[in-house]
Amino acid sequence: MNDYQVKLRSFEGPLDLLLYLIKKNEIDIYDIPIAEIARQYLEYLELMRELNLDIAGEFLVMAATLLYIKSKMILPQEEINLEEEIPGEDPRGELVQRLLEYKKFKEVAQLLKEREEEGSVVFKRFIPEGERSLEFEEEIQGFEASIFDLISAFTKVMKSIPKEEFKVVLEEEYSVEEKIDFILSLLDRKGVIYFSSIWKRIKNRMEAVVFFLALLELIRLKKIIIRQIGLFGEIKIFRPLPVAVHAGR
Amino acid sequence: MQGDKQKLKNIIEALLFVSDKPLSLEHIREVVEVEKSEIKSLIEELRQEYLSNHCFRLREVAGGYQMVTDPEYAQWLRKLFRGGRKEKLSRPALETLAIIAYKQPVTKPEIEHIRGVDADGVVRTLLERGLIRIAGRKNVLGRPILYATTKKFLEYFGLNSLNDLPPLDELVKMEETDGNPQDTGEN
Repeated sequence: MNDYQVKLRSFEGPLDLLLYLIKKNEIDIYDIPIAEIARQYLEYLELMRELNLDIAGEFLVMAATLLYIKSKMILPQEEINLEEEIPGEDPRGELVQRLLEYKKFKEVAQLLKEREEEGSVVFKRFIPEGERSLEFEEEIQGFEASIFDLISAFTKVMKSIPKEEFKVVLEEEYSVEEKIDFILSLLDRKGVIYFSSIWKRIKNRMEAVVFFLALLELIRLKKIIIRQIGLFGEIKIFRPLPVAVHAGR
Repeated sequence: MQGDKQKLKNIIEALLFVSDKPLSLEHIREVVEVEKSEIKSLIEELRQEYLSNHCFRLREVAGGYQMVTDPEYAQWLRKLFRGGRKEKLSRPALETLAIIAYKQPVTKPEIEHIRGVDADGVVRTLLERGLIRIAGRKNVLGRPILYATTKKFLEYFGLNSLNDLPPLDELVKMEETDGNPQDTGEN
């Protein structure tokens, strides 16, 4: 078996492996001999197993897909037509489309690689981290936090507030209305409130809960917007902008 | 006045010299407060000057101008930095970037569907390197995070804008015309 050297190449995923097999066999991508390709594909997986390599789940899903397509191709045409499938539809169609699309992006990746190579021979000014550097405007923006981001941030806060030791019948010291007024006036003065900073002035869990309810109410009334910088990043509270512009690209 | 013009050119050159990111015409205009067309023609003069007997080149990238060294001197500069440059991007990283560049804003499941593999690690690496950014959340079930490329992406690949990338449809044509079977396509 002299084609073992090629098999030592590592494949990124099932589509990558399929494209490789198609190229190696000089197959027309629009007319893939599924039985043969499935055989070679499984042979490769077997080799990976023998080499004790971890076979990612995606490879197995694709193996099942190939066998499914193969079985459909073997069945006589009439029987396929009996099923709910559109008569005459090529069972390979969907796979071919995915392969073609992936192939395009592989080509773009190759193009980017060449550009990266070209870029590696030019040097630009380098400013060490921590020193004053020009920022690209776009990177500073956050994105709108969801209610779940807010709740998970709130859960963290609640954990940090100690539970009251004694059972005390608390008077209703805090009201949502009062907290709403407080948040709005703070926003008018400061422009922005950091979610993590509001909890410093909170005395107990009851006050924290009332505060949180006030926040939720303000969101519902669209009086405030919540933005998060980065995934699991700091949550900031703003007054909504007159026009909400969201840059797509 | 000739002297004024020379001075303005020197100022622009100084701005370009100290900037660590490409400078847009708009940004330069804010500083020097003259017409963009004038800035543009002075930059063009600088570019011409650099071509003769200088170690610099002026390139147009990421919607701005940037001073870089002539590739001819790469070997010495590498020696200076002792290879301390950032690692090149892996193939999965490049493929993922390619998908994000064309499909942006795009979610991770969408990327994973195209590549047929998990994209967790790659997306994190690209975020860390500042080549992609979080562009919001998609208004579908689960509100998945949307990703888009950054200006740093353009700069890294020497692109002036995303339009410098070939249209995807053209790539199909390219493949049909140069699909010679001898091509081993080793990478």
